[in-house]
Amino acid sequence: MIEIESVCKSYGGARVVDDVSVTVPAGGITSLIGANGAGKSTLLSIASRLLPADSGRVLVDGMDVARTPGPVLARRLAVLRQENTMTVRLTVRELVAFGRFPHSGGRLTAEDRARIGEALDWFELAPLADRHLDQLSGGQRQRAYVAMVMCQGTDYVLLDEPLNNLDMRHSVQMMRMLRGMADELGRTVVLVVHDVNVASAYSDRIVAMRDGHLVAAGPTAELMTPELLRKVFDVEVDVHELGGRRIAVPWS
Amino acid sequence: MTRTLTGPAVPTAEQRATRRRRTLVVLAVLAVAAGAAFLTVGVTGSWDYALMMRSRRVAAMVVVAVAVAFSTVLFQTVTNNRILTPEIMGFDRLFVLIQTAGVFFLGAGTVTSTDPRIRFAVEVVALVAFGAVLYKTLFSRTERDVFVLVLLGVVLGAMFTSLTLLVSRLIDPNEFLTLQDLAFASFNTVDQQLLVLSAVVVGIVAAAVWRLLPRLDVVALGRDTALGLGVEHRRVVNRALVAVAVLVAVATALVGPITFLGLLVANLARQLLGTHRHAWVIPGAALLAVLALLGGQLVLEQVFGFNSSLSIVINFVGGIVFIALLVREPRQ
Repeated sequence: MIEIESVCKSYGGARVVDDVSVTVPAGGITSLIGANGAGKSTLLSIASRLLPADSGRVLVDGMDVARTPGPVLARRLAVLRQENTMTVRLTVRELVAFGRFPHSGGRLTAEDRARIGEALDWFELAPLADRHLDQLSGGQRQRAYVAMVMCQGTDYVLLDEPLNNLDMRHSVQMMRMLRGMADELGRTVVLVVHDVNVASAYSDRIVAMRDGHLVAAGPTAELMTPELLRKVFDVEVDVHELGGRRIAVPWS
Repeated sequence: MTRTLTGPAVPTAEQRATRRRRTLVVLAVLAVAAGAAFLTVGVTGSWDYALMMRSRRVAAMVVVAVAVAFSTVLFQTVTNNRILTPEIMGFDRLFVLIQTAGVFFLGAGTVTSTDPRIRFAVEVVALVAFGAVLYKTLFSRTERDVFVLVLLGVVLGAMFTSLTLLVSRLIDPNEFLTLQDLAFASFNTVDQQLLVLSAVVVGIVAAAVWRLLPRLDVVALGRDTALGLGVEHRRVVNRALVAVAVLVAVATALVGPITFLGLLVANLARQLLGTHRHAWVIPGAALLAVLALLGGQLVLEQVFGFNSSLSIVINFVGGIVFIALLVREPRQ
């Protein structure tokens, strides 16, 4: 369970996250939605201790993320930021192996190697394992980063826009893999997602933000309503039921 | 073997490891050979005397090579780039300025009568402070254009050099002689006492840093990734910066500034070893630095009969590599 308690964050006078309190229960996929600048990424960064909060705190299974020693938290919670440009030239296997760092401290054990193999297989990266990241397509590279985070073997996986720069095919593939991580491996996945319909189709819960405030949080079906989406995005939206999923269609 | 449809065969992790090991062994053999050649080639007269004088210089080169390898690779890791080095950002010139200012403000008598260990400690503390300010203002958080940083390094370096010149003109000529002894060191005038002290300091720092290396491998992935993998980023960076300042101070005190040596050997080591693992790159860079210093000096002395400054040769080659790296750097 991730408990976010009255978290605030300002940048140079502008409140980016304003007194947000929300609880993400363990299990399933939770999507953070909202317009650009709503504070989703900032909230995710605070929850994963990449950014310090100005006030308030975040508890992951009761541990305050700002006070828990880095290695301890890294065995419980993994995070992937949106931009991942590295000056270091790595192969896919080397990158994924870094996911085991919190467990092995850089000296891989037999178990670490097994986990690395599993992660490579899970994300269908085994044939590319010895290639360098700069030799991959955007979709393959993104999969490699997510594989590293999965390889960390944490109960909680926080991802900031994992679909960034992915086309439709690769987006669907990525969401299926994340869905599998939640369903088959029992991980708790929290995503920042741009596309409301991706959130609707693949997540169990939605947390909606606007201008740094929490608008609503709850099961996906309850939140996918025209009224709520209008409040979140300030756009008139129709919501249709298609194949058991709620799909939002903005008016033109 | 993994073979893809489009590209050539990709070497596996094991093949890469074998190649790395072989490269390092070859470098070590070459370095030892260069050392032996340096000690024995063209000795005329007393062998005892020649060997004693030359082995002192070889020892100085090894100490400098290790210091430069560690400081450059560490600095590039914590600043997340492959072009800037402490020397390019003006660290070594600042060290000379600190020494000069010390003589100017305290007088040569005070400076020379102080225990060299205390003097060195004070100079290092000043350098650490500069490194901290530089890091805080320039490298933390925001991504900066590498060209702006290079420009800034050039300006800082020029400023420190000019200030040093200014202060040394203001100094009493007698005191200036003392300063020359202190600050204008080279491989030809290595101080025995300082050499022993330097070797001890470099040894201690290298041993302390060695335990940090796996964490530095993670820090090289960037701040956020490192934090996500549970590395206490700030603590590791702070320790690395202190080590960098100490090592630059040692190398500069021993033989004076050699601006482009670190850049040359760090990038060459990465290229040859095909890895970014610090435990490989740093020994590789140190061996390459030994080779560059010994080989360069040997060629200068024996071939050109040009018993002058090695730093000119190193900076000439290193400068070309620097420009090549800058040109290749993709603009953001």
